[in-house]
Amino acid sequence: MASTDQTVLQFFPLSTSLSAKVHPLVIFNICDCFVRRPDQAERVIGTLLGSVLPDGTVDIRNSYVVPHNESSDQVALDIDYHHNMLSSHQKVNPKEVIVGWFSTGFGVTGGSALIHEFYSREIANPVHLTVDTGFTNGEASIKAFVSVNLSLGDQQLAAQFQEIPLDLRMVEAERIGFDILKTTAADKLPTDMEGMEATMERLLALIDDTYKYVDDVVEGRVAPDNTIGRFISDTVSSIPKISPSAFDKLVNDSLQDQLLLLYLSSITRTQLSLAEKLNTAAQIL
Amino acid sequence: MATAAPSRSFLQVAATEEAVAPPLRVVQIEGLVILKIIKHCTECSPALVTGQLLGLDVGSVLEVTNCFPFPIREEDEEIEAEGANYQLEMMRCLREVNVDNNTVGWYQSTILGNYQIVELIETFMNYQENIKRCVCIIYDPSKANLGALALKALKLSDSFMELYRNNEFNGEKLREKNLSWVDIFEEIPIKVSNSALVSAFMTELEADSPVNQSDYDRLKLSTNPFMERNMEFLSECMDDLSMEQQKFQFYYRNLSRQQAQQQAWLQKRRAENMARKAAGEEPLPEEDPSNPIFKPLPEPSRLDSYLITNSVSNYCNQINSLAGQSFSRLYLMKALHEN
Repeated sequence: MASTDQTVLQFFPLSTSLSAKVHPLVIFNICDCFVRRPDQAERVIGTLLGSVLPDGTVDIRNSYVVPHNESSDQVALDIDYHHNMLSSHQKVNPKEVIVGWFSTGFGVTGGSALIHEFYSREIANPVHLTVDTGFTNGEASIKAFVSVNLSLGDQQLAAQFQEIPLDLRMVEAERIGFDILKTTAADKLPTDMEGMEATMERLLALIDDTYKYVDDVVEGRVAPDNTIGRFISDTVSSIPKISPSAFDKLVNDSLQDQLLLLYLSSITRTQLSLAEKLNTAAQIL
Repeated sequence: MATAAPSRSFLQVAATEEAVAPPLRVVQIEGLVILKIIKHCTECSPALVTGQLLGLDVGSVLEVTNCFPFPIREEDEEIEAEGANYQLEMMRCLREVNVDNNTVGWYQSTILGNYQIVELIETFMNYQENIKRCVCIIYDPSKANLGALALKALKLSDSFMELYRNNEFNGEKLREKNLSWVDIFEEIPIKVSNSALVSAFMTELEADSPVNQSDYDRLKLSTNPFMERNMEFLSECMDDLSMEQQKFQFYYRNLSRQQAQQQAWLQKRRAENMARKAAGEEPLPEEDPSNPIFKPLPEPSRLDSYLITNSVSNYCNQINSLAGQSFSRLYLMKALHEN
């Protein structure tokens, strides 16, 4: 029941702890659709696809925009388009189902309630995602809401949009490398060795930081923090204890394996060029 | 994206498009497309999947701005029509939301880089009939586990396409055009572009941690399974290559035997002619097309051996780069351990 001594957008915990997780593709898609929207539309609306994970988290994996018309009091959504796109997407990936809908713009407006109602007819508890493309408040706010019915006794009063925690960790984007995805133009894709170099530099920087921290604590410059100390000791002890000779042998063996493979591949290349010369140089007399 | 000087009218610009299009130098992909391709290929791996690329063809840059995946095809006759329907439906829907409706190629996933098969060439030729410039993007999801973005843009080289169209793959034509197995596929450099909005979002959303997932992937020490599969494929390909070599040897042996037979027959004919001239009769013709030893032997096509050679070289490259990375990792581990 809503308590009356606080504002409407009070967050009181839901009976089921619902949270949502968004993949970076969805954000990219929404931004792309927003950039391409028709001139008279202020915002874009579309469907979110994904799945519900066993622990109750809603995993939002894909999205597509649905053309709509919005005036001050009416909202018209192209339902046929929505169903067509849904069936097309499901042909490719039948596991993705509707989990909600998105709209650009800050906060939730009146028209959104109507759209949310439409989507609640499609699935049980749709998630509403707002992506603030206008950057109001000077930051990119991406929020997820579910609607909770406020009722007084038996009567339905209103539907309240409540924010649910949103997990924006972009694991796939990290895999590709934020450098490519952040800039407006990247001249070339980084090669393997460049990536390796960057990674090693970061690792070394991390180790240096850790060293400095430990030194500082030992010398008394920084107050020791037990949790950090425990983390460090866990990390160090997770290195398997191998005697130096065994370790050397391990490293050398691996090195030799790799060298062998390199040798094999060089032989193969030589064979290739030989074979080609023989094949095409043979003249018919 | 008008790059014409503002003083020329649209009509003039449209008229000057008849000039030969500049060669394709760069493929410009949007981050959105990369993410979509990765998502589709990783979801359906180990199955191989394909999809369509949409975008614009501007000068020497091929811009890819969107893509959509193809559903996995069953081996059924009716599904042909369904596949075409799906494509039309998707393009129509995307057109409604102002996405570029122009097909510029297709993408496909691969396992360890063995994409050089005849079907690829055939698909290229199919596309080439309708679109002036098309490109194929190959993505390898198995390398993503090692922290690399294995994305490549390929195109058939023009000289190869001419040869393929005329279906002549014998040694003479190839020597004439100076075409070797390197020249079949041309790899085009990829540039990535993102809209300003998306880059603003990504800059905000980037986690602050000093190390991210790609670093974890790259520093993994166990690359052995990957290497093993690479070597397996490599040895299979070498087997195929040696089979092709044998075919050629067989052909050459037959050819030289046939030539020896021809020479012998010719000598006999000449001797006969001498005898007949001495006897005052008509000399017999020096050629006899009905004789089976004059039948020209068909030369086996070199296309297969070229493709296999391409695959082998690809595997070798991969092994080389993997081994190089492993070296760095091993040395790093050794140095850190000593500390």
